[in-house]
Amino acid sequence: MEKKVLLAENQPEFGAGLEKALNMTPADVVYEVRDSGMKGRGGAGFPTGVKWNLAGAASSDVKYVICNADEGEPGTFKDRLLIEKYSERLIEGMAMGGYAIGGSCGIIYLRAEYPYLIPVLERARQNFLDRGLLGKNIRGSGFDFDIEIRPGAGAYVCGEETSLIESLEGKRGEPRNKPPYPVNSGYLDKPTIVNNVETFCAVPHIILNGSEWYTDLGVGDCTGTKLFSVSGDVERPGVYELPMGAPLKDLLELAGAEDIQAVQVGGASGATVPASGINRTLSFKDLPPGGSVIVFDSTINMVDVLENFMDFFVHESCGQCTPCREGNLRLMHAAQDIINGDLCCKACMAPYFELAEAMKISSKCGLGQTSANCFVDIVNNFVELSDECHCGEYRCEGGDE
Amino acid sequence: MHSVTVNINGKECNAREGSTILMACKELGIDVPTLCYHPDLSIAGNCRVCVVEVEGWKTLVPACVTPITPNMVVRTDSTKVRKTRKLLVELILANHHNNCPECERNGNCELQDLAERYNIRFNRFQTDEKPESSVQVSSAIMRDNSKCIMCTRCVRTCEELQSVAVIKSVGRSSEIHIGTFDDKGLGDVACTQCGQCINHCPTGALYEKDETVPVWAALEDPEKIVIVQTAPAVRVGLEEALGLPIDHHTGKMAAALRRLGFNRVLDTDFSADLTIIEEGHELLFRLKDALVEKKEVPLPMITSCSPGWIKFIEHKHNDLLDNLSTCKSPQQMFGAIAKTYLCDKEGFDPAKIVSVSVMPCTAKKFEKDRPEMNDSGFKDVDYVITTRELARMIKEAGIDFDHLPVEKFDRFMGDSTGAAVIFGATGGVMEAALRTAYEIATGEEIPFKGLNVLPVRGFKGIKEASVLLPDEMAEGWEFLAGVTLKVAVAHGLANADKLLKAVKAGEAEYHFIEIMACPGGCLGGGGQPIPTDMEKRMERMRAIYAEDESLPLRKSHENPEIQLLYAEYLKEPLGHKSHHLLHTKYTKRDRF
Ligand SMILES: Cc1cc2nc3c(=O)[nH]c(=O)nc-3n(C[C@H](O)[C@H](O)[C@H](O)COP(=O)(O)O)c2cc1C
Ligand code: SF4
Ligand code: SF4
Ligand code: SF4
Ligand code: SF4
Ligand code: FES
Repeated sequence: MEKKVLLAENQPEFGAGLEKALNMTPADVVYEVRDSGMKGRGGAGFPTGVKWNLAGAASSDVKYVICNADEGEPGTFKDRLLIEKYSERLIEGMAMGGYAIGGSCGIIYLRAEYPYLIPVLERARQNFLDRGLLGKNIRGSGFDFDIEIRPGAGAYVCGEETSLIESLEGKRGEPRNKPPYPVNSGYLDKPTIVNNVETFCAVPHIILNGSEWYTDLGVGDCTGTKLFSVSGDVERPGVYELPMGAPLKDLLELAGAEDIQAVQVGGASGATVPASGINRTLSFKDLPPGGSVIVFDSTINMVDVLENFMDFFVHESCGQCTPCREGNLRLMHAAQDIINGDLCCKACMAPYFELAEAMKISSKCGLGQTSANCFVDIVNNFVELSDECHCGEYRCEGGDE
Repeated sequence: MHSVTVNINGKECNAREGSTILMACKELGIDVPTLCYHPDLSIAGNCRVCVVEVEGWKTLVPACVTPITPNMVVRTDSTKVRKTRKLLVELILANHHNNCPECERNGNCELQDLAERYNIRFNRFQTDEKPESSVQVSSAIMRDNSKCIMCTRCVRTCEELQSVAVIKSVGRSSEIHIGTFDDKGLGDVACTQCGQCINHCPTGALYEKDETVPVWAALEDPEKIVIVQTAPAVRVGLEEALGLPIDHHTGKMAAALRRLGFNRVLDTDFSADLTIIEEGHELLFRLKDALVEKKEVPLPMITSCSPGWIKFIEHKHNDLLDNLSTCKSPQQMFGAIAKTYLCDKEGFDPAKIVSVSVMPCTAKKFEKDRPEMNDSGFKDVDYVITTRELARMIKEAGIDFDHLPVEKFDRFMGDSTGAAVIFGATGGVMEAALRTAYEIATGEEIPFKGLNVLPVRGFKGIKEASVLLPDEMAEGWEFLAGVTLKVAVAHGLANADKLLKAVKAGEAEYHFIEIMACPGGCLGGGGQPIPTDMEKRMERMRAIYAEDESLPLRKSHENPEIQLLYAEYLKEPLGHKSHHLLHTKYTKRDRF
């Protein structure tokens, strides 16, 4: 069932978490976040405390705190809601991040389609400035912090953190090689933390209530709560907050999903689960929850959905690395072939599974590493392939390995 | 970097911490395929064919990017690695216009090698038509994006080595391609035509504009007198381009040219010596104007023999055009003298001469077409072919290069000195000029052991030297007594850019600067054999200095045919005829 923290009616005062943090040592802030077990809410699920610890340990006079508000995943709108309603919480969390790692420059990389949120964020910033919670020597602590709002470049891949950094530097939004990681060499080659809107928004709650409280919010060994943007064939689309580790079923009940053919958890690059899988859990161990959950009812042809997703990835690949640039195109063609009946049997399909695996393990960034997920899931669960080949194409006769 | 223990393919070995897995494997003799990697360039990590398995990682990692860490366990030979690489090559080929037999790089192509190595007989991912050939032409550089694999080596070359940056990745996803601003042709942007992008391209997507066809036609035309000149760096690259063991035999090259049917086999080294006479005097006179006449003379004087460099300064630093020596490049000096003096001497009709030049350089193709290059009354140089094109002609003619006799160049424009030979290496023009200018001004040999001006040699990007002139000077040059002559040398346009910026900012003062567009000088030119990398450049450089050392004459002014040319024709350096035939002017061009 729902458990509202980030979206709670009664919220602690904006700034209270920051004030408390300023009375702790930066290291203690980092440790509290680390002990909370929180994993980044932007999709990749990297432990936030570990990231901050690495950035804190990097030696540099300038460090950056970047909020990833690019929210480009189709079907995701939870970050938008957070900014609309709780922009001060976000700024507070960023300031705490700055305090924790020893950085005084914050940047919000805001999705190009959200320009109307700029005044909202500016107002929140001004409030904090007026209250002495931003700017020089915040509350006499000697800590300086301010934020800047920068509009995004409008490409999905710019949500990938290193691509986001390139874009901020005025370059093509192409993911970088790692290492070096942003915590050591990020924006303008300075140590940088990039975190999702929701991640920053959770931090004040963790500091105010303690890591143990946060850990207890989750189910089993999962910690905290998580926001989900639910859309598709449901009665009540919208943003829901559930404990991490909750079963998918709970979320579907809340949103009012009646006729379920498939549920896509974690956006286009996430997992596509058939109706039989609704008891699975929303957790990094099972169904890694990005922002979006999309429900497809039985009227929908899942292969059409697949073609749409592959088309999305073909267009959103930055095009720099071979597996993603070329692979998504071939998977899209395969989806079209399935629709046209040209891909008839398991043998015909085998090379595409091999391709999907190669993309996963050899692409440069998360986009190419995950874009084949929906292909594999949808073909495995929603496409019937015969054991015998009818097309008689060379490739089916084991033309290659 | 200290040595750490790693395990590669089940064997314990030592590798340097922090070096990449690729470098470590290279040192250990373990082969890892690459496409986007080039030792001259920054790491892009985009082709992914170098992926290897590292214990503890869910994904494979690119060997060219990933640093060695202590106790790392690496597999370069697992089934997963092999299958992934093979699949990547298939993916590349599926979107590649592979018509190898008709391709520029047939037999010398990194992609073809990988296709062969991974035994690609059938492409499982050929789900659509292959791209159609789409050739974009400029004076010297041809681009065919249907052969491009988006490794961005050309982009990095143009930006990092040449600081020209006219080619970029344009567009995204499957529309991505290499293009220029507004997708204009390379001839319509600030491209220097240096050809470095060609030398760094793994495939046939970039190549020089072929001029062998008209050269064959001229050779077959009994009406024509076809003469040929060969640049200093060609002789240290030709055997490489022919795929032969390297013994740098200039005499065999001369023999091969004769077998091809050239009527006169002559030498750009001759006109390199001529350049030194003119340019050496030009420098001395500029110094005289500055020091004695107290005139506003553009100093430092900067060399002008590298046409890629000339085009670069015309685009990017054209406030400094007056600093350029007015001397034409050796190629163009040769052209002008051949269609005048040589015709006089040999009794040829200049209208019947077809003047061909063999160059390590693609920019020379552009240079010969410059509208001002017709001071002989004809087009001074008719065709320019690169070292690679000459190698192709030799192959096509079926000449057994290895077993050719050693022959000499023909007379009147075939003699040269060691000073001309070293034009092929960065610092060589400077050294040759110093050998001559010092001797003119002092009457003494330059006081470097064995005439070797070591400070201007080698691969350092920007080199400096100073030469203290003695108190005793030759007659007429007394004003230079006790002056310290300061010189600098840069190679690769990125270094040139840096040096010029320092000069403009007043951070560095020199009398004379040598600049070569290509890394290493002409020996690493855009028309040289592929691959060209540090190892190859070093080998070619060694050959050049060895040849210099082996020659009886090592100072340009000692070249007997040059002496004859002045005695019978030009009369004096910077004289009336010289001005007309051997000097030129420059053009301001757009910055972008
Ligand atoms: C193609 C691609 C798009 C991404 N888009 C976003 C995004 O819109 N917002 C986001 O917070 N993270 C996005 N990410 C994840 C980021 O790279 C990064 O992991 C995240 O911002 C880190 O923050 P977190 O640890 O707080 O989750 C994207 C990743 C990929 C590969
Ligand atoms: S995986 Fe795709 S988006 Fe990521 S770097 Fe490669 S081409 Fe670009
Ligand atoms: S670029 Fe290489 S692989 Fe492509 S056609 Fe030419 S030789 Fe063949
Ligand atoms: S020829 Fe030289 S300047 Fe022109 S694109 Fe190639 S590398 Fe750049
Ligand atoms: S033109 Fe050549 S060097 Fe440039 S990206 Fe294409 S394949 Fe690579
Ligand atoms: S050579 Fe390593 S990714 Fe291309």
